Amino acid sequence: MTMTSYPLPRPNAQTQSYWDGAAAGELRYQHCSGCGHVQRIPRSLCEQCQSSRLDWKRSQRTGTVLTFTTVHRAPLPVFKDMVPYVIAIVDMDEGFRVMANALPHCREALEIGARVRIGFQHVHGMALPVVDSVVEPAA
Amino acid sequence: MTMNAFLTGAYDTAVGELPGSSCMGLHAEAAMGAVADAGLKLSDIDGVLCAYSFTEPHLMLASVFCEYLGIHPGTCLAIQAGGASACIMVMQAAALVASGQCNHVLVVTGDNRLTGMSRDGAVAALSEVGHPQFERPFGISVPASYALVAKHYMHQYGVTSEQLAAIAVEHRRHAGRHPKAHKREPITVEQVMGSKMIADPLHMLDCCLISDGGAALVVSSRAAARDTRVKAVEILGAGQGHTHEHIVAAPSLVDFGCKTSSATAFARAGVAARDIDVAQIYDSFTITLAVELESIGFFERGQAGIAAAAGELGLGGKLPCNTHGGLMSYAHSGAAGGMFHAVEAVLQLRGSADARQVKDAKLAFVHGDGGILSAHCSLVLGA
Repeated sequence: MTMTSYPLPRPNAQTQSYWDGAAAGELRYQHCSGCGHVQRIPRSLCEQCQSSRLDWKRSQRTGTVLTFTTVHRAPLPVFKDMVPYVIAIVDMDEGFRVMANALPHCREALEIGARVRIGFQHVHGMALPVVDSVVEPAA
Repeated sequence: MTMNAFLTGAYDTAVGELPGSSCMGLHAEAAMGAVADAGLKLSDIDGVLCAYSFTEPHLMLASVFCEYLGIHPGTCLAIQAGGASACIMVMQAAALVASGQCNHVLVVTGDNRLTGMSRDGAVAALSEVGHPQFERPFGISVPASYALVAKHYMHQYGVTSEQLAAIAVEHRRHAGRHPKAHKREPITVEQVMGSKMIADPLHMLDCCLISDGGAALVVSSRAAARDTRVKAVEILGAGQGHTHEHIVAAPSLVDFGCKTSSATAFARAGVAARDIDVAQIYDSFTITLAVELESIGFFERGQAGIAAAAGELGLGGKLPCNTHGGLMSYAHSGAAGGMFHAVEAVLQLRGSADARQVKDAKLAFVHGDGGILSAHCSLVLGA
């Protein structure tokens, strides 16, 4: 990858369903049919019991902000036009985790513990998850 | 207790902006310096451990280095664990000499990250540690990852940016006593708070430097240590802790592997945190040090920055910490960054740290962390 290209995700056999879901406006997560564990991020086997019997489930797309930051110094030239941009980690209600940017209109209301909704935004032809609304302030 | 391993040689090169320096040149200078410091000949070295390089990356850096220096040791390998590399190399070298596989192991690191690739280049290269599918598409960087930890940790324990800034200020004060430090001019809390925001809440002066430099140690067996020049520093305990690599997959944003690594190292050494006279702890960002000081048990949760503001990390404080100035003010040259901490610990325990000397330092703690507080290694060293 050159320094100037956007670091788009490159789906592999284990993550194809996640990105296919995103393209279809669905947020999917992996659930282990062996032990019931919900994976933080997708992979080929369960992080808890190492079983490969993983099901894809469809998320309701709501979660709670674990943490976030506003980035002022872009790591790559392709992000320079975006600064300042927000990166959040959201603990989804189903038990998995999403890192995503937050849409500009969410920034004011974004706080740790806030309830948010994940949508998708198209970036260079790919649908990436994004925090698209704050539905409830932190308790 | 003992690990049956001793630090017999220590050396670090000039650090900072070193035009004309190269990765292998810095390795060679550091290695020759450490071997000479131990009073050994190169032919006494029968094991070599290297780490990694950004400016001269290679699949087999230790082999590249041995070829460069013209040595043919019986054991030669490279270890990659980010900022934990230096401590892990020492721990691995200790295992090699304690098991009788080697007599004298040279652990050597160095990179010309500043003049060899530019700050932008270094920041871009470091951002590649982000998860390629679930982090990098969102513009993650190493500072942004630590900012995510900082935001959560500060929220959880009521830590303020001013308190974190006090940590950076104390590091600069330490560096002012070291003639070789990359940055020596004093700074204030206001200057830290007023420096450019990198990733909220971390300002430029909350972040480590990017420097050229190299550092090396010689680790020797008990028997072989008798042949060396100065009184050896004993490796009393060592331990590691590993919880994740990517911050999106971290099981906790307040508890990290430093808890396990330090507990293991203290237990092996038969000491407790309160016994430590001087600490050299990885300070890639102000938050890194705050989290580690509090998780390891040197301070209560939320108290490290307050302690720094009260001078507790300074010379003469409760826990003199990073007496060379650390990654924030002494230098950060990739894997050598963590090695500078280890070299400083050796100098302190020998009583040869000049204006930075902690009075009667007998027990030192050294800690490195790699990734985003992902891989941890702790060492307890004794005079």
